[in-house]
Amino acid sequence: MSLPFIIIAVVTLLAAAAAMSLRNLVHCALSLVVALAGLAALYLNLDAQFVGFAQILVYVGAVAILIVFAVLLTRSDATPNQAILAPGWLIGIAISAVVFATLGWSVLHSAGLPKEAPPAPTATVKNIGDALMTRFVLPLEVIGLLLTAALIGAVIIAMREENPNSGSSRDDEAPLSRKSEPPSAFAQLRRDEHVGSCGTEKGGAS
Amino acid sequence: MTPLQGCLLVSALLFAIGLAGAVTRRNAILALVGIELMLNAANLNFIAFWRYGPNPEALSGMMVVIFSIAIAAAEAAVGLALIITIYRHYKTANLDEIRNLKG
Repeated sequence: MSLPFIIIAVVTLLAAAAAMSLRNLVHCALSLVVALAGLAALYLNLDAQFVGFAQILVYVGAVAILIVFAVLLTRSDATPNQAILAPGWLIGIAISAVVFATLGWSVLHSAGLPKEAPPAPTATVKNIGDALMTRFVLPLEVIGLLLTAALIGAVIIAMREENPNSGSSRDDEAPLSRKSEPPSAFAQLRRDEHVGSCGTEKGGAS
Repeated sequence: MTPLQGCLLVSALLFAIGLAGAVTRRNAILALVGIELMLNAANLNFIAFWRYGPNPEALSGMMVVIFSIAIAAAEAAVGLALIITIYRHYKTANLDEIRNLKG
């Protein structure tokens, strides 16, 4: 084990522990950024340059920003002094300690692991592109389909539903809609179109 | 300790940290962050075995990690959308206060 590996590993693990234990959620998200960047550095240390930069682009660039936005959108400043751990947290800590002990014991006592490091493999972007287009073309297509489905699904889930196609019995057909909140601009627009096209609805655009 | 064992130990510790966070934190976003950390620990395992295992020219471990990163991004997007929807409905993101279905 070389010295850079130890330094990067210590920084990554400390940042991950901070991301899981701090009280302020924004601090947790920023610690997560440090942990993910440390993982990218570990990938670079292991001669996986493409994966390292993909990790930086996807995780540090996209997922961390998404998490920060979610933290800011769901922040409630009503009770800042409430507990951050769920009841029964001691059992969870014990379970994860047992998991780590099992994994660590099996790593340290397994005989089949290769002892010395082979010379660094050459994984250029050209090789990766060739492999993606020949051997792994079917998983690539499936990933594209999955990303499209996840994109549409995330938009539909997070979109505020105001049940635009119902007539006078809107409140009866939407038991899950939040009645106390003002309608969003999108629902307002749909409702105006509905009023304009049918002309039977009264007072919808109040 | 060989370099491969070092990588595997770091990965195991990262997995344990993520598991502890996902199980014990009350906030739903931090549970999702714990799941992301566990996914990253698995990715580190793949990269370590690709680097130190036999026949690294086949690029199998690296391909698995690339697809795993894509799947994790999709999972984070859908999960955070779900959390935001739940927060709009319940006015909280604490997991132990979200008790009832069709509330």
